[in-house]
Amino acid sequence: MQVTMTVNDVEVTREIEGRLLLVHFLRDVLGLTGTHWGCDTSNCGTCVVWLDGEPVKSCTVLAAMAGGHEVRTVEGLAGNGELDPIQEGFMQCHGLQCGFCTPGMMMTCRALLDRNPDPTDAEIREAISGQICRCTGYSTIVRSVRWASVHEAAAAQQEANA
Amino acid sequence: MTAVQEPKFSEFHDNDQKPVGFGRMLRKEDPRFIRGRGRYTDDIQLPGMLHLAILRSPFAHARILSVDTSAAEASPGVKLVVTGAMLAEKGLAWMPTLSNDVQAVLATDKVRFQGQEVAFVVADDRYHARDALELIDVEYEVLEPVIDARRALEPDAPLIRDDLQDKRNNHVFDWETGDEAATEAVFASADVVVREDIVYPRVHPAPMETCGAVADFDAVEGKLKLWSTTQAPHAHRTLYAIVAGIPEHKIQVISPDIGGGFGNKVPIYPGYVCAIVGSILTGKPVKWMEDRSENLISTGFARDYIMRGEIAATRDGRILAIRTNVLADHGAFNGTAAPVKYPAGFFGVFTGSYDLQAAYCKMTAVYTNKAPGGVAYACSFRITEAVYLVERIVDCLADELNMDPAALRIKNFIQPDQFPYETKTGWVYDSGNYEPTMRLAMDIAGYAELRKEQEEKRARGELMGIGISFFTEAVGAGPRKHMDILGLGMADGCELRVHPTGKAVVRLSVQTQGQGHETTFAQIVAEEIGIPPADIEVVHGDTDQTPFGLGTYGSRSTPVSGAAAALVARKVRDKAQLIASGMLEVSVADLEWVKGAFQVKGDPGKSVTIQDIAFRAHGAGDLPEGVEGGLEAQICYNPSNLTYPHGAYICVVDIDPGTAQVKVRRFIAVDDCGTRINPMIIEGQVHGGLTDGVGMALMEMIAFDEDGNCLGASLMDYLIPTSLEVPDWETGYTVTPSPHHPIGAKGVGESATVGSPPAIVNAVVDALKPFGIRHADMPLTPSRVWDAMRGRATPPI
Repeated sequence: MQVTMTVNDVEVTREIEGRLLLVHFLRDVLGLTGTHWGCDTSNCGTCVVWLDGEPVKSCTVLAAMAGGHEVRTVEGLAGNGELDPIQEGFMQCHGLQCGFCTPGMMMTCRALLDRNPDPTDAEIREAISGQICRCTGYSTIVRSVRWASVHEAAAAQQEANA
Repeated sequence: MTAVQEPKFSEFHDNDQKPVGFGRMLRKEDPRFIRGRGRYTDDIQLPGMLHLAILRSPFAHARILSVDTSAAEASPGVKLVVTGAMLAEKGLAWMPTLSNDVQAVLATDKVRFQGQEVAFVVADDRYHARDALELIDVEYEVLEPVIDARRALEPDAPLIRDDLQDKRNNHVFDWETGDEAATEAVFASADVVVREDIVYPRVHPAPMETCGAVADFDAVEGKLKLWSTTQAPHAHRTLYAIVAGIPEHKIQVISPDIGGGFGNKVPIYPGYVCAIVGSILTGKPVKWMEDRSENLISTGFARDYIMRGEIAATRDGRILAIRTNVLADHGAFNGTAAPVKYPAGFFGVFTGSYDLQAAYCKMTAVYTNKAPGGVAYACSFRITEAVYLVERIVDCLADELNMDPAALRIKNFIQPDQFPYETKTGWVYDSGNYEPTMRLAMDIAGYAELRKEQEEKRARGELMGIGISFFTEAVGAGPRKHMDILGLGMADGCELRVHPTGKAVVRLSVQTQGQGHETTFAQIVAEEIGIPPADIEVVHGDTDQTPFGLGTYGSRSTPVSGAAAALVARKVRDKAQLIASGMLEVSVADLEWVKGAFQVKGDPGKSVTIQDIAFRAHGAGDLPEGVEGGLEAQICYNPSNLTYPHGAYICVVDIDPGTAQVKVRRFIAVDDCGTRINPMIIEGQVHGGLTDGVGMALMEMIAFDEDGNCLGASLMDYLIPTSLEVPDWETGYTVTPSPHHPIGAKGVGESATVGSPPAIVNAVVDALKPFGIRHADMPLTPSRVWDAMRGRATPPI
């Protein structure tokens, strides 16, 4: 079957098998390997991408279901070559080690800040609780999100003052 | 010795000072990871690449009667189907393990654990390969499985390894350490003896990236290129050369970015060999990536020790001796990875951090119809089991003596002036200063106030527990005359080349799985030769690009390869000094090193930088007599001893009396890993290990039913801590440098995994004291805690 969707602002059309998972469509068909695969049971969250702005686990979405929708992946997180504050925060606060869960974590955390710009630690932990990181122990991920939150607020304030 | 509390994190300023040497520095590898540009094994796409999938046994123990692959071969997209019988014809059905046993690549006679490899399919995409697996028809005769290690020893137990000539039982090995008679004499005359049966259940490292490989065999060149999820690319290459008969120089093993290892990626798995065979037979690149269930049921598990611990002491709390008897479950093949002379790894450090009069351990290891493995999950070669045993039994003694567990530990610590300290099992601890570490942890925790709070809560019927663990690890294997894997000495090579413009490349034999080697090793070299870390490229994980060495596991990278990096940099610096003497026209003895430059003693105005020297080394000008051009060196570092980091951990738990749910409220970790290279990375390593500890103590277990079905075969069944099960970690540190390591550093990667489980279990048991509980086995799930509260804690296996 043929599927057409928008991935990171670019419209793509491909011939696929109906059973193809979105994670494999992104990785194997489009070559966007920043999105990872880590389990078969929606437990690990390394495959989180956005479908119409909402985080989804792309191992549990058929590529066909994304037809006509907008998908955003980690490759689409930085705009105009500038890092998103979430990406910067993860680097500044050591929110990653092996880097495997990181793209999914960042997509979830970006979505959190979009709806809640000043989350509490508990809210951050709740937001990422459907994802697993084996390296960091989560404290530094919480710090990373707070770093992004604080810096975004500061930038917004600066813009308002200007 | 300095005792400093980790500075409180401040998120409002960039404290990345880009040190030329040690200190907090952002990681050089992060820019690619945060952009989704990491390159993991499954990201490798080659033209014409095929996909491999493995058919696995549904039974734990069964004879293979027939395998029919005809329907699979006719399935769409299928290029190749291979069975054990086909591999046997080529002499490839069995391969050596890293412990001098053999393991089936594909089963030929029997399957010996659920999930064992039986056949593989190579097809044009991963879906077609999986489709075809369904069409392979295998006829089995189911045999009685041996699941409980205790059953394995019974005379009428089924024989698992009938493939081994003259094997008549399920023994793998018997091993002992220490002095049995001397220990018995101490026990016989001791005031107090406490005994406890302690099980460390089977767990699994479950890195976020599963195992896999891409094999690309070029028949014209006779060269095999293998990308694989390996923590030990050089050791694997040597093994492939031996197994497959491909000359070693024609094999290139590349370990690209690795999505977590934790020991899971040390062994050679049948899947890697299948991918190689698939590529040779099809003439195309072949990718194999296991799924999560395959990872959990077939790759290297950890622990599975049934231990009896005994401790002898005086009535006033002087610990005299520790004795233990262990039954070790090694699964169907001895696929553990430990130095040859250490079949039980470094379990011999079960004497802990205490000054004993005697110690003895007797261990029996058995085969069972469970997945092979054993040394994994950040265990420092079985030190997790050793530390859990000693720190649990010391708490049992504290309970018996009605002594505070912190006071009991402090009373028995090896004293600073006793180092180097030889334990009763023959380990020479290089350095340590235990009491300040313990005191710092107690200070951060507010130990006295916590005990007061606990007393008040107990009076109200609330369940609060405080658990302590104090560990000494033995990491950095190791001195090559004592330690080798399959005859390969555990030394590490390192090469450093300074380019004409003063930038450098350092090539390591170890490999990173998230530990941040590209940063830490650049800092080590920077500290020694004064070139900024940003100007130093770290190359690792590719056997064609790096010197030989045994790889990253057992917290060995900094103790062994870190020493190699420091010493190779000093070699380069020595040569730079010769060149500088010519440039400044003074004798070598008249020069002094100020980081980044040589200057004439007493004349700071006359100096040359390392960059100036590098250019001169490659330039047209004269060099001092006998000095060759270029500025580079190489080394193979053979450590004289292991390094012995230590740490004090305190855990505070609350248990809901209504649901028996354990909540880890606080966790304080004070680590001493000697000289600290990058505190940010060290803290990260500790945090990760603490989280592993919560997993093992409260959630994780690879259980089996009586038929040998694995009950932890997905992440729905094998529970790993999320952000909600762990607290915000509190860390601190002390610094006791290693006297024999060139920069005084010790390993730290596994300290927290080793040290945290006993602290958590001790806290839970402490909380349950009102119920008369002295011990409960991990994982302390609500149901097990509930049972413990009613005095009938079920054994986990």
